[in-house]
Amino acid sequence: MSTTAEKPASPNSGPPAGGAHRGAASATVAGAGKTRTKSRRVRRLSRRDKFVLGVMVGLPTLIQLLFVWLPTLFSIALSFTRWNGLDLADIKPAGTDNYEFISQNYPPFWPAIQHNVLWLAFLALIATPLGLLLAVLLDQKIRGSKIYQSIFFTPVMLSLALIGIIWQLFYNRDSGLLNYLLGTAGTPQAVDWFGDSNVNIWAAMIAATWRHAGYVMILYLAGLKGVDPTLREAASIDGANAFQTFFRVVFPAMRPVNIVIVVITIIESLRAFDIVYVINRGTNGLELLSALVIQNLIGEGQVIGVGSALAVVLLVVSLVPIVFYLIRTFGKEKEA
Amino acid sequence: MSTIARTLPVQTGKPGKPGKRHYGTHIFLTVMAAMWLIPLGWSLYTALRPKADTDKYGYFSFGGSFNFENFVQAWNQGGFSKYFLNSVLITVPAVLLTLLFASMMAFAVSRVSWKFNITLLIMFTAGNLLPPQVLAAPLFEMFKHVALPYSFSDSGNLLNTYIGVIAVDTAFQIGFCTFVLSNYMKALSADLTEAALVDGAGIWRQYWNIILPLCRPALAALGTLEVIFIYNDFFWPLLFIQSGDRLPITTAINNLQGQFLSNYNLIAAGAIITLIPTLIIYLVLQRQFVAGLTLGSSKG
Repeated sequence: MSTTAEKPASPNSGPPAGGAHRGAASATVAGAGKTRTKSRRVRRLSRRDKFVLGVMVGLPTLIQLLFVWLPTLFSIALSFTRWNGLDLADIKPAGTDNYEFISQNYPPFWPAIQHNVLWLAFLALIATPLGLLLAVLLDQKIRGSKIYQSIFFTPVMLSLALIGIIWQLFYNRDSGLLNYLLGTAGTPQAVDWFGDSNVNIWAAMIAATWRHAGYVMILYLAGLKGVDPTLREAASIDGANAFQTFFRVVFPAMRPVNIVIVVITIIESLRAFDIVYVINRGTNGLELLSALVIQNLIGEGQVIGVGSALAVVLLVVSLVPIVFYLIRTFGKEKEA
Repeated sequence: MSTIARTLPVQTGKPGKPGKRHYGTHIFLTVMAAMWLIPLGWSLYTALRPKADTDKYGYFSFGGSFNFENFVQAWNQGGFSKYFLNSVLITVPAVLLTLLFASMMAFAVSRVSWKFNITLLIMFTAGNLLPPQVLAAPLFEMFKHVALPYSFSDSGNLLNTYIGVIAVDTAFQIGFCTFVLSNYMKALSADLTEAALVDGAGIWRQYWNIILPLCRPALAALGTLEVIFIYNDFFWPLLFIQSGDRLPITTAINNLQGQFLSNYNLIAAGAIITLIPTLIIYLVLQRQFVAGLTLGSSKG
């Protein structure tokens, strides 16, 4: 915490470059178009400017540390303790007991891991390619493209909680539309799509796909627009057919979008929570890591140590795509 | 990034192959579009039918009348006006604070050069990517142990207050907005602030009078996106707000499911009411919303 207060002071020690375009220092290395700025170190920051800058950096940083990073560290710390959440003095060290407990004696843990993996596989292998396919088809000059776009995009505006409720109306055993369309409504063969633990994960993933594919579609449509049209022309002059052009030229050219979509897909599948919570609080076949964390924090017996250990497992898994994304995004700048 | 970000992903109008048939594509898209519309269409259909008619003819029938009775009843019994107000009281401050703090931070990391630029930017960007459940327990306990006067909060702490939700929503969204805005600000010419600098403008004037007005398109796009994000947020109110009548609409709808029990006509009406504000925002600010979604994705 003390570092937060000091951080705003750091600009003083940095190179004096008030108002210079991103990093006069880096401009010397980066060159190309930015070299102009390095000669323009007009003056040092005044005292007042340093103070203003300190506040401008300090306030957001403080908020970010206080509500995001400190809690993350506390989660890690709490996962090695036993605590009922009442008095701070009751916190007892527990070593790795919580981790041993969740991996050996906590029945929902391994199903939750499996479900998380399944969720990721489903989004990655079905929802994301479907979104890409829709984008490619709509990128063609076809009639009604905008109408199709709006239709596929509508679910992206809805929360996953609301999607759970809307699909409940569709999946319901006795009054849902699906069983009626299948001709099983009212018969003993009718499936309770959200209630039956054998099928509800699939039903929930399809509902999540409804939203995810639209999201992917819109990002890819933006990406496709950004691809230099001369690339396609060059490919077709070289005699490439449509498939070759797409997979060898257009798709690789969309690399920044591809990275974002990979990261979004992984992160969304780790974050998936609202929809399973709305269906049955993430029980009975819909166990996910995120839901298990919450079950151990609110509700009956608060077991904060166990909940935190689950949160740390979730954190460790999430760090993989996060670090991948950060390296891709900031790697070049750091070198410069 | 700017070219991608500023243009809407509409039809590209590739130099056409006129007369080329797209029958297959159209059939596929039409089938998909129909599948996409079924859940919403069914909700609307159910919501428009009186419960008495569905009891009499069944849910899958065409008989009976159509009216807005269910909407009126859901609105009155469900307390939607209250929940909407809660949503506004959380969303508006959270979005404004997010944009203010993110733009300040983005200005500092993109227009002023100093040692920790990239480090801070990485910290902010990474923060937004964490699953919220990872921070849930400590935040809950922190809020519980912050003592507040009872005149200010009836729980005596930060739990069950709008402020708790606003603070966390803001903190969580600052990262994304900082990332997007800093990319946007980096793309603005250096001459702009240098000219001002020569005229003796301080840091605050450069930020508030020069850079911020130029960021208006990005701020509008992010603002629209964040309104929908925070309006749609289910998790933080679920965790922090204990008294039901203080919940925002997105979280309250979950309780309505229990309250209306098996009256699916009412649940459907409630769901439709909940999505109307996002639909209006989308229809009015379509350009901004889509631009906001794609702003963050075009850099890598």
